[in-house]
Amino acid sequence: MRITDHPILDFKPGRLVRFTFEGREIEGYEGEPIAAALHAAGIRVLRRSPRLHRPRGFFCAIGNCSSCLMVVDGVPNVRVCVERLREGMRVERQEGHGELK
Amino acid sequence: MSAETRRPEDRGPSGARRPGPSEALIRTGLPSAEDLERVRPSAERLTHGAVAVLECFQRIPCDPCASSCHHGAIAAFADINDLPSMDAERCNGCGLCVARCPGLAIFIVDEHHAPGEALIKLAYEFLPLPARDQVVTALDRAGREVGQARVVRVQRPKEKTDTPVVWITVPKDLAWTVRHIKVEVSHGA
Amino acid sequence: MKSVEIAVVGAGPAGLSATLAAAGQGASVALIERDEHLGGQLVKQTHKFFGSARQEAGTRGVVIARRLGQAVREQAGIDLRLATTVLGYYSDKVLYLEEPDRLAKLQAERAIFATGASERMLIFGNNDRPGVYGAGAVQTLMNVHGVMPGRRVLMIGAGNIGLIVSYQLLQAGVQVAAIVEAAPRIGGYLVHAAKVRRAGVPILTGHTVKEAVGEEAVEAAVIWRLDEQWRPVPGTEERVDCDVICLATGLSPLGELMWQAGCRMAYVPELGGHVPWHDDDLRTSHEDIYVAGDASGVEEASAAMVEGRIAGLAAARSLGHDRDVEEKLGEARRELAALRAGPTGEKIRRGLESLRQGGDGR
Ligand SMILES: Cc1cc2nc3c(=O)[nH]c(=O)nc-3n(C[C@H](O)[C@H](O)[C@H](O)COP(=O)(O)OP(=O)(O)OC[C@H]3O[C@@H](n4cnc5c(N)ncnc54)[C@H](O)[C@@H]3O)c2cc1C
Ligand code: SF4
Ligand code: SF4
Repeated sequence: MRITDHPILDFKPGRLVRFTFEGREIEGYEGEPIAAALHAAGIRVLRRSPRLHRPRGFFCAIGNCSSCLMVVDGVPNVRVCVERLREGMRVERQEGHGELK
Repeated sequence: MSAETRRPEDRGPSGARRPGPSEALIRTGLPSAEDLERVRPSAERLTHGAVAVLECFQRIPCDPCASSCHHGAIAAFADINDLPSMDAERCNGCGLCVARCPGLAIFIVDEHHAPGEALIKLAYEFLPLPARDQVVTALDRAGREVGQARVVRVQRPKEKTDTPVVWITVPKDLAWTVRHIKVEVSHGA
Repeated sequence: MKSVEIAVVGAGPAGLSATLAAAGQGASVALIERDEHLGGQLVKQTHKFFGSARQEAGTRGVVIARRLGQAVREQAGIDLRLATTVLGYYSDKVLYLEEPDRLAKLQAERAIFATGASERMLIFGNNDRPGVYGAGAVQTLMNVHGVMPGRRVLMIGAGNIGLIVSYQLLQAGVQVAAIVEAAPRIGGYLVHAAKVRRAGVPILTGHTVKEAVGEEAVEAAVIWRLDEQWRPVPGTEERVDCDVICLATGLSPLGELMWQAGCRMAYVPELGGHVPWHDDDLRTSHEDIYVAGDASGVEEASAAMVEGRIAGLAAARSLGHDRDVEEKLGEARRELAALRAGPTGEKIRRGLESLRQGGDGR
């Protein structure tokens, strides 16, 4: 769900790139936060909480709250609300505290 | 913060006593009949055509309306928190202030635009902008559909960050009711 | 280690104004911002600001951010460090910085903390469900990245932020189901309330959210009414169809760095929580540290800009850059007093009063 026409703002997105989420290929704009690209593709559950396995999404979107930790290219605990999207990134939901793969 | 917003001693720039917003307005966001009565130009003035109506009822730190008017109709603010004070006799309804007010609280009303028809100029910051002669849905202050309006002019600003002003005509009895429009998304968009 | 006369932490309206004021006096200034762009909160604000011409009234936040940012880039003597987070302030006036790929130190005779505020969470059932977002996050997603936060939003909070973000959602083409406010009255400016009301959004004062509904993500919310004692009234539950619950329930000043630096802090509810004690020059109890903007007490961008100017001028003066400084300080103080003079400034006035009394730095 991208905003195509806005009464006040003009958006200048980067280049369209491909990346994978849980093995599925999706598209996003280079340089935007990974969370924005996922959200635009309708993906809101970013991880499961360590103890109760409750679904979590982002909350603050500016890298303060750590609600949005995911595994990116095998590295756990990446805050995807601030981490920028690059071509070919492998993004996965994090279960619990995450493990180095 | 709202507990302090209604104070009997609220004053306009002239120092005249002017009541603050009504309890109903603070609770619901909708001005009461008394709130509106206070900002309505005199019946005499209304017979002379287009005039600005400043639906601004609460003292907030804001004053661009005064400097936007080149006709001296809105008095300069002694205290930036004053309520705007309008000299309707000096206002020619040009509408410059409509696009400048950050509260989008100013409307131009011409009760005698055409027989049985009133003209309203309002700020409209949504897409799509209506086209000239388009018939749009007229909404009241609570967003309820109250009839239809015809668009007679769309003032598009040079900069996208400025505010468009849409001129509509409505049946005369809706001049004090209609304050917003709904534009149907047309042509396959 | 590099050294400067004044380090400004945070490039929101307060930090940018402080930087310009201090550099304008001839001080060497480093401006440190953890984001990759200048402007702080302003970059998400598409609405026109209040205040008067001196504080760019009638201008949109995004435009003010652009103007201030450009002025900073054009001003000589400013060491601009974006994507750099200040981690701590240590003895010998040294700031520890986290740059994109290394840690660094910076020595500064004076530091001005303009770190802004963080959003408050609200306790309710399932408040950790994806789709429960802070108002800042919603603004960032839609106004910076151009992504719709959802299809239909329930807004919690009818202060200025709740009202304004609701309006911005409508502008982005997102529906707003309602604005729910626990207090019996609308806290934000009534002109903002009028804008969303005429666009068809109800404002339910005396209501709060009971729980979020949805297994994997928000599918609806249950709201209920509060009585005069702010207790929920059982039996008044109502289900509201929405896929986002947006929290605009207040901000808390970000004071961690000043705690750590040893500034004396005071809890002042009217200012949003813990704030550093400070005087009229925005100087804290630590003589080398100044504060400005929301970090000194949650207020408005217009006030943040003036506070930034005062802190920048005062810090420069303390280092001997005193050209016309008293005149400029006097003017800024008068502007600040004028902004706070009305009923909407009463809370801030009370807060500052209690800070001066309870939080005396000596
Ligand atoms: C929805 C909304 C609407 C608003 N509308 C208005 C309005 O109409 N009029 C008005 O006057 N005000 C308005 N405000 C308030 C205004 O935006 C804030 O009061 C103002 O931005 C505060 O400025 P600041 O410089 O103190 O903080 P911020 O703008 O929050 O800037 C702080 C900066 O510090 C940076 N930072 C924090 N910690 C560190 C660190 N450790 N290292 C490096 N950098 C750091 C942050 O990244 C940020 O860029 C609104 C606020 C919101 C959220
Ligand atoms: S309509 Fe024109 S003349 Fe009347 S108050 Fe507004 S700017 Fe002044
Ligand atoms: S500019 Fe608009 S909101 Fe501001 S005081 Fe004037 S009428 Fe009121």
